[in-house]
Amino acid sequence: MSQQDLQIQGGTVAACAPVQGRSEPVARAPATHRPHGAAVDASGIVKRYGDRDVLQNVDLRIEPGEFVSIVGRSGCGKSTLLRLLAGLETATSGRISLDGDDAQLHRQDIRIMFQDARLLPWKRVLDNVALGLPGAEGRERAAEALAQVGLADRAKEWPAVLSGGQRQRVALARALVHAPRLLLLDEPLGALDALTRIEMHRLIESLWQRHGFTALLVTHDVAESVALADRVVLIEDHRIALDQRVDLPRPRHRNPAFAAYEEQILNRVLQQPEGEVAPDWVPETTAAHALRWAV
Amino acid sequence: MSRTSSSPSERFFSRPWIQASLPWVFPVFVLAAWQVSSQAGWLSTRVLPEPWAVVKAFWALTVSGEIWTHVATSTWRALVGFAIGGGLGLALGLLTGTFRSAETLLDSTLQMIRNIPALALIPLVILWFGIDETAKLFLVALGVFFPVYLNTFHGIRSVDKGLIEMARSYGLSGWPLYRQVILPGAMASILVGVRFSLGLMWVLLIVAETISAQAGIGYMTMNAREFLQTDVVLVGILLYALLGKLADVAAKGLERWWLRWHPGYQPQPKT
Repeated sequence: MSQQDLQIQGGTVAACAPVQGRSEPVARAPATHRPHGAAVDASGIVKRYGDRDVLQNVDLRIEPGEFVSIVGRSGCGKSTLLRLLAGLETATSGRISLDGDDAQLHRQDIRIMFQDARLLPWKRVLDNVALGLPGAEGRERAAEALAQVGLADRAKEWPAVLSGGQRQRVALARALVHAPRLLLLDEPLGALDALTRIEMHRLIESLWQRHGFTALLVTHDVAESVALADRVVLIEDHRIALDQRVDLPRPRHRNPAFAAYEEQILNRVLQQPEGEVAPDWVPETTAAHALRWAV
Repeated sequence: MSRTSSSPSERFFSRPWIQASLPWVFPVFVLAAWQVSSQAGWLSTRVLPEPWAVVKAFWALTVSGEIWTHVATSTWRALVGFAIGGGLGLALGLLTGTFRSAETLLDSTLQMIRNIPALALIPLVILWFGIDETAKLFLVALGVFFPVYLNTFHGIRSVDKGLIEMARSYGLSGWPLYRQVILPGAMASILVGVRFSLGLMWVLLIVAETISAQAGIGYMTMNAREFLQTDVVLVGILLYALLGKLADVAAKGLERWWLRWHPGYQPQPKT
């Protein structure tokens, strides 16, 4: 555990050094000509199931290498937006483009991490990570990716013996091994305990900084989005209701500035009277020192 | 006496060799009673031969080599019938499980045929194939077809949709998707069908061989019946039991190998 922790922090430090300017949105243009992260442009997205609207005319632009988080109450359509970007579903109308081209042409540049790790139980950990990669070279790259998430020593295990956090780390390695230019995270930490989540936040952040992919995180945890995202987008009543930039230096600590962002976004979320969207929603009462809100 | 300290008799029964031999106490007792009542003349040899006579008959058949011809013939029939029926069941199950159109086209027909007991077809089978090998293979193949077919179909249909969606989004499609995700996902169910079929295989073969045959365990027992050799009949019955058990052990072995990823088939970690 402590060894993995060290590895993660080591990665953060090493990756942080060249990109000190990340906290400043203006100075975050990457040094190379062709940025690794993809520019995402979704415009006029409408998604309808039967006569029920899930998304109404949603526009979302994401800069190359930016980390954007989508929050919202359950059933607001945030996961649907992510699935549309992943190409798992098709929009009723609207256009999704990656670097100006139709996103469908860039399917191999987009990888998604699901809420449940979705590891193949009949493949060993290493073979799960190497899924879709051919031959010995694929396994080599998979081993590298496993090492990056601190699980090199579990390569030969069956997924069934791993803990929930370890499974999600394997799923993260499986996504990263394809060197995605857009990584979609569909509440990947929702089922993990609080400490594992914080560990995963650090890991995801350090890998994002090292690889420079564009990241889109769907979550219902406002603190999680403030901890990770450059921009927090709120979806409410099937459309984007708030687009809040988070100007905090990384790695982020839970200081007063952090709490101010969290409270501001949370207040905005709570303004909305509880309608038919989430009738059984009850605010979580937690101890003040571990202030974590679920929306 | 306190509850924690065990009494002498409890201690006696908890010894390992006692524990291991306890399940055999009753069978040995029955065998002994059987032997004694046969020797005393209470039990006619026409009803049941004494156990010792069965052992002697088994030995005589082994020494003469006769038993091996019969076992080999029966095993060959069972395996060929199983390969044909099971193979077809697997192929059609994969087909109807994978393609909706194949299901609409074939499934209701197959379900109708399934409700006909295989043994009810014996008169027809004899008319079609006569009484040679084909008839026996046909009966075995028909009987083992359905368990494999139904379980394969069910297995393919119940593969986790989330895993398929994940694999597709990771660029898998066509045969790689089938081989790496769908087939392994259906394997647990397919093996249930195989195990069921292996049991059914011997039942059908016994019946098929007692109708008419020139070799095989069924032939041996029917022949022995004509000459009132109850000891040989019993040898035949015991052989079927043994071969059935062997088939089950083989099926379990397959499960342990193919489902070794499954928590239910992994050795318990030592704590």
